[in-house]
Amino acid sequence: MDYATLKFIWWLLVGALLIGFAIMDGHDMGVGALLPFVGKNDTERRVMINSIAPHWEGNQVWFVTAGGAIFAAWPFVYATAFSGFYFAMLAVLWALFFRPVGFDYRSKVADPRWRSFWDWGLFVGGAVPPVIFGVAFGNLFLGVPFQFDDTLRVTYTGSFFGLLTPFPLLCGVVSLAMLVTQGAHYLMLRTDGDVAQRSRKAAIAFNLILAATFALAGAWLAYGIPGYAITSGGLPGAPSDPLAKEVVQQTGEWLANYSRYPATLLLPALAFASIAIGLIAAIKNKGGIAFIASSLTCTGIIGTAGASLFPFVLPSSSHPQSSLTAWDATSSHFTLGIMLGVVILFLPLVVIYTSWAYRVMRGKVTGTFIEQNSKSVY
Amino acid sequence: MISESLVDLSRLQFAVTALYHFLFVPLTLGLAWILVIMEMVYVMTGKEIYRDMVKFWGKLFGINFALGVTTGITLEFQFGTNWAYYSHYVGDIFGAPLAIEGLLAFFLESTFIGLFFFGWQRLSKVGHLIATFLMALGSNLSALLILVANGWMQDPVGAEFNFQTMRMEMTDFWAVLFNPTAQAKFVHTLSAGYVTGAVFVLGISAWYLLKGRDKPFALRSFRIAAAFGFASALSVIVLGDESGYTVTESQQSKLAAMEAMWETEPAPAGLTLFALPDQAARTNHYEIKIPYVMGIIGTRTLSTEIPGINDIIAMNRARIEKGQKAVIALEALRRDPKDPTVKAVFDQYKSDLGFGLLLKKYVADVRQATPEMMDKAAEDTIPKVAPMFWSFRLMVALGVGFLLLFSWAFWASARNRIENNRWLLKTAIWFIPAPWIACELGWVVAEYGRQPWTIYGVLPTHLSTSTLSVGSIVFSLGGFIVFYTGLLIAEMYLMFKYARLGPSSLGTGKYHLEQQGA
Repeated sequence: MDYATLKFIWWLLVGALLIGFAIMDGHDMGVGALLPFVGKNDTERRVMINSIAPHWEGNQVWFVTAGGAIFAAWPFVYATAFSGFYFAMLAVLWALFFRPVGFDYRSKVADPRWRSFWDWGLFVGGAVPPVIFGVAFGNLFLGVPFQFDDTLRVTYTGSFFGLLTPFPLLCGVVSLAMLVTQGAHYLMLRTDGDVAQRSRKAAIAFNLILAATFALAGAWLAYGIPGYAITSGGLPGAPSDPLAKEVVQQTGEWLANYSRYPATLLLPALAFASIAIGLIAAIKNKGGIAFIASSLTCTGIIGTAGASLFPFVLPSSSHPQSSLTAWDATSSHFTLGIMLGVVILFLPLVVIYTSWAYRVMRGKVTGTFIEQNSKSVY
Repeated sequence: MISESLVDLSRLQFAVTALYHFLFVPLTLGLAWILVIMEMVYVMTGKEIYRDMVKFWGKLFGINFALGVTTGITLEFQFGTNWAYYSHYVGDIFGAPLAIEGLLAFFLESTFIGLFFFGWQRLSKVGHLIATFLMALGSNLSALLILVANGWMQDPVGAEFNFQTMRMEMTDFWAVLFNPTAQAKFVHTLSAGYVTGAVFVLGISAWYLLKGRDKPFALRSFRIAAAFGFASALSVIVLGDESGYTVTESQQSKLAAMEAMWETEPAPAGLTLFALPDQAARTNHYEIKIPYVMGIIGTRTLSTEIPGINDIIAMNRARIEKGQKAVIALEALRRDPKDPTVKAVFDQYKSDLGFGLLLKKYVADVRQATPEMMDKAAEDTIPKVAPMFWSFRLMVALGVGFLLLFSWAFWASARNRIENNRWLLKTAIWFIPAPWIACELGWVVAEYGRQPWTIYGVLPTHLSTSTLSVGSIVFSLGGFIVFYTGLLIAEMYLMFKYARLGPSSLGTGKYHLEQQGA
């Protein structure tokens, strides 16, 4: 397969891994973010935790694998984004610290203060990462100040607080609302009684917030934020050297792909349509349909972000020439080929055994179940 | 120029977080198989006590596993956050095993650990055993791929430098995957993990026996740990020897530092049992040596010489001079990629490129490197000898200690004389921290001994860091110390709480504390 095609497939695959992360780890994070509000007493909170307990570790691997795949397929992006967003990455990491211990340690000690501490820990672990990922995505549209020297060493010249401008913060809200909706739909499906009813209310509210903020972000992007375009060099089949191109910034560029490839309009359409379906399903109390709908919403929203940026992945606002694209931030032809083979071989297997694990653990988690098994469940 | 304090702090942060992560990994690797063995016995005999054993030791496994997961992500993140140039320079090769680890191993381990804890009522006996087995398999495969990545840092095979992209690129995937250094490390690390798991179960079971609690439960656990530990302790020594042999082949500077061997000796070289290495004077004080042994272990012949530190420094000094030419040619090539004469010069010297890059610690433009700088850079190629020498010796001594402990325990268990052997039980308890010390020392020998390189002979540690302010790293390091201290306190608290409760924590009503309370 030629290098350019392989690079495009990897752009799709990284997108697919991020969508997989949003659907799978996303609903766990949504449950975590809702935990202190939807669960009013210890048993209710344990119901919520145990609805995801058998699966959250596997789901978190979507995150780890997406990270590993970016390292292997887009080493320039890995190096630039992780070191550039240093404090943001630390905040994600430290927030994630609360999850494994929160799940496993919380119910091993009866003291209410201990349990309440970890409940808030799980809230932080569920709410902070989606916000930061959203803010990071928002900054991709604005461009981030970084540059490469002749040896292709990257230097980031911005600050952490420089990332917190209005548009990225709005994207943070979109991202949080997307995953909270996903979590609320999951809880409607897997719990009953008060927890399920409160989750339903949260689902309705967050579907509405999501629709509004996503539409607002789209309008802002169309009228207020100049995009980036490659003017010379940066050819799809060339070796990956970000400095071998010229880039300009111009208004309207982030929507150019939709007129160039009209089929991409299906992505934002999917996002809005699936939010509407999710909302109706939540109102009618159909957890299963709602969950499928919000999974499609994740696909539509992440797809929209990717398609708008394409072929850019990480534009540089201070030195546009240093911007990273799907054509010049990748690994070698050989490595992309090997890694594609690995994904084709193992990803379907992961999907199969994950589905099987959900099938084994199917059904609703109830308060009675928690009380009967209080020594063995989380 | 990159500030030395930035490099030192980045290294310190990586060392702290990696050593911390490695407190949890070995126990996961070993205890997982002990759980599989216990559950196999349960499936075969149908005796509930074995199921209780799986559940109880599984609880402790879970407490440990949680921190293993928490701290593992830190390491993945850190390659990008703190070692950005490294990530760029070798991501094409190093990223692959990490991504495969996620897809092939970590997914497997993490999906089935959920069924291990929560699937007891949902799965058949055999079905649950398969889940336990896949969880153990996943954790071990995960170690394999991490060590493939690490093995490549020690012995970078199957890759070549590409001047167009300014990085190393993979040329042979199978060479990276089946790198002999990685394979030797894998089996040695695994068996070290198995010893850790066995010592853990042995020691805690011994404590129940000394207290006279839950004897049938503790005795059965003790026996399984003794047998598993005996086999593992034998392997860890044999496979450690294999690891030593591959080091001789691929990393002469590490071996020389481990052995504090300043001069090349006539083959076969002697093994230094005790010495006080003096790096400044390049000599040892109070040396005690056994003739021939080192040569035989290191080369498996009587006639191959092992080079000493002074000779290695002289060889590397010559490579640095060639490497300087490679760096200069590379810079010219970046400006004009089509110049055939420059390309020819670069190709001639490119195998020494990494040695030329060592000069960048002392001078930004390597053309200006003085002979003194070259001398210093050549001396840098030997890691600090004293910590290597002592870490290695202490690790080996502990290894021998494990073999003695398990021989004793296995023998007592075969003759059915465990309970009244108070010395054995006490020794087993005192041994509990020992495998952790040995594992951490092993990490020090392998990784500290790789200095001054991140990728041996290819990329100096000095150049591998991200361009960050020193303040950023002070902040993050401080944060890690605060978080990790808190997490360790929570973990140890729960570990002690549940180890003290023993099987009574399962709530079956059958065990010691429950009956006493009733």
